[in-house]
Amino acid sequence: MDAGVLAQYAFNGLMLGVIYAMVAVGFTLFFGVLDVIQFGHGDVVMAGAFVGLATYLGLGALGIAVPAFAVIVVACAAGFTMALAGAFIARYLVLPLRTAPAFNTLLVTLMLGSVLRELVRLFYPNGSNPQPFPRLLPAAAINLGNFTLRLDSTILLVTGLVTIFVVNLIVRRTRLGLAIRAVAQDSETARVVGIDFERVVLVTFAIGSALAGIAGIVYGLYYNEVNFDIGLLLGVIGFSAAVVGGLGSIYGAILGGFLFAALQTIGSVALPVSSAYNNVFAFAIVIMLITWKPTGLIAEPASERV
Amino acid sequence: MRRVAATDRRARSVSASGLVAVVVGIAACGAWLWAFLATDRVWLVAALLVVAAIAFVLVPRVDAVGAYRDAFARHRRVAVALSALAVLGVGVALYDQPYPLLMLCTVLLFIVPCIGLTIQTGYAGIVNFAGAAFFGTGAYTAAVLASRHVPHLAGIVAGGVVAALVGSLLILPMLRTRGYYAALVTIAFGILFSTFLEVNNALGGPQGLKLPGIDLVGWKFNRDVAVGGERASFYVNYVVLSLALALAAFVFARRVERSWVGLAFDAVRLDETAAAAFGIDIARAKILAFTLGNFLCGIAGAVYSMMQGFIAPNNFTFGESLILVSIVILGGLGNPLGLVPAALVIVVVPQKLQFIQEYRFLLYGVLVILVVLFRPEGLLPRRAREYFAGTLR
Repeated sequence: MDAGVLAQYAFNGLMLGVIYAMVAVGFTLFFGVLDVIQFGHGDVVMAGAFVGLATYLGLGALGIAVPAFAVIVVACAAGFTMALAGAFIARYLVLPLRTAPAFNTLLVTLMLGSVLRELVRLFYPNGSNPQPFPRLLPAAAINLGNFTLRLDSTILLVTGLVTIFVVNLIVRRTRLGLAIRAVAQDSETARVVGIDFERVVLVTFAIGSALAGIAGIVYGLYYNEVNFDIGLLLGVIGFSAAVVGGLGSIYGAILGGFLFAALQTIGSVALPVSSAYNNVFAFAIVIMLITWKPTGLIAEPASERV
Repeated sequence: MRRVAATDRRARSVSASGLVAVVVGIAACGAWLWAFLATDRVWLVAALLVVAAIAFVLVPRVDAVGAYRDAFARHRRVAVALSALAVLGVGVALYDQPYPLLMLCTVLLFIVPCIGLTIQTGYAGIVNFAGAAFFGTGAYTAAVLASRHVPHLAGIVAGGVVAALVGSLLILPMLRTRGYYAALVTIAFGILFSTFLEVNNALGGPQGLKLPGIDLVGWKFNRDVAVGGERASFYVNYVVLSLALALAAFVFARRVERSWVGLAFDAVRLDETAAAAFGIDIARAKILAFTLGNFLCGIAGAVYSMMQGFIAPNNFTFGESLILVSIVILGGLGNPLGLVPAALVIVVVPQKLQFIQEYRFLLYGVLVILVVLFRPEGLLPRRAREYFAGTLR
């Protein structure tokens, strides 16, 4: 196997990693402010992809076919819709269960994912089959031996990294981010100093879900196909990534996302058995990692999570 | 002295009328079950569901219910035996209708893994979102052993044992983690399991495996039963076996709950620190609950697979695990009795109302969300332990 093929695998792994990281950051944000896991988050990604697809078809019906314009509209539509959906989920499904056992929240959000999945399957036209996703990015490519650097993938990779960076900036550098971090640290005290707890939670869910919506678009543009059932695996992978990295830490989520992608890539390249085992391999390693470091690789300081 | 005798007499007369109440109640439930399974008319199914819903809302409002509940508590053994007889009676009454019998078996065999999950989640507080994986482990074990001509009874028991052994792979992660992290471990395992079956050629891959009908020491389950000129569907055999299994699991769960083991499970679930302070070995309690639950899942999976005659990876996906958890939550977490109506709702209703079959996963999802938001204790909430009938009011 020469360097070109290896580089190709590495690049594809990075691409996967950025999608996983975008999902994992959402998990980590939600866990930060509310100590909950929104298990339907993967299906929010899927819903974002389908909203984007529907927007694109709508634009086509209006006769607008400039790809550069369409891709921005599609991404914005997915982001905004999912932001609204996220706030809605927080308001009506997650906040009412604040005082209930964690199991209840887990169950409700798992079922929310299942409901989103079924809604798309049943009510999107021909939704039970994979839908082609339009190629909206320039398809230029540079060939370096066995390594093909595609312009569209590079744009997606950069977009993903930039959106994560922006979210990180919001959390670290703005007043809103200060409020989010305050609530994450101690919601009672945050309330005492006049932070509107519920608003912060809703906004955090909106930010995380918008990120998921954009991740859905990135996914669609990268694979040129979306299916109603991609959310479950994406959700579990995103959650695994967040946990392995250390729930509550954005850097941990990014690390976990890339780590999971690396495991999958190694699983499909380096294992002596069929590459179809890559998920079996990746999840087995994840279970071992959780056993070894239950608080994640980048642990929240003074956490009592286990 | 005389007062004691009078109380005694009164108690005995209450007891006698209580027994009548128990018999009538169980007979009514049996009749309802028979009608529900036998009919294929949509309006009748709807009417029966309405009747059940009305009874469900009204019965707890009636004053006599406290006494009724006492009657059940006092005659627990009689009640359990009568209920089993009633189900058997329903099976016999449906003797020539294979499809309703198959549904009855399915309900009974789904109750068993759900009892396993009840022991894990409801008692010891261990979340398990890989129920279908352990069910599937039992099924595949039975399939492999049956193809090697191992006696079927041994195959079924081995199904449970292998499921428990596979579960023991997860014990260390389960002990090291809690809450969401533990949930992730089981979810990851559930997905790992179905992916593994999907890509593994030795176990039939996506096409799955075929199984023979059960043959228990000469009792061939897949042969129609002929009694006095009447031919009964061979599913009657499976009704008997799955009823025995469900009954054994139910009695076992109740025994565990009433024992000090069950008390230890509850303590671990409610507060690990306090439980440890009382000298309960938390690790031991969790391992025990987890293993018992997985064993039950495996046994039921083995019988289920031989009844179906065919298994494939998509019978044991994460979605199926969610169905098992839905039954447990809908029934009332921690109450094995609640699993019966819940399994009927989840398993049989979509079969009876074919027009909702397509939408069933959507409906389950919405149903569970509504239950958790508005009635988190489920259809039949778990009640405090009563070591002596009538002491709790």
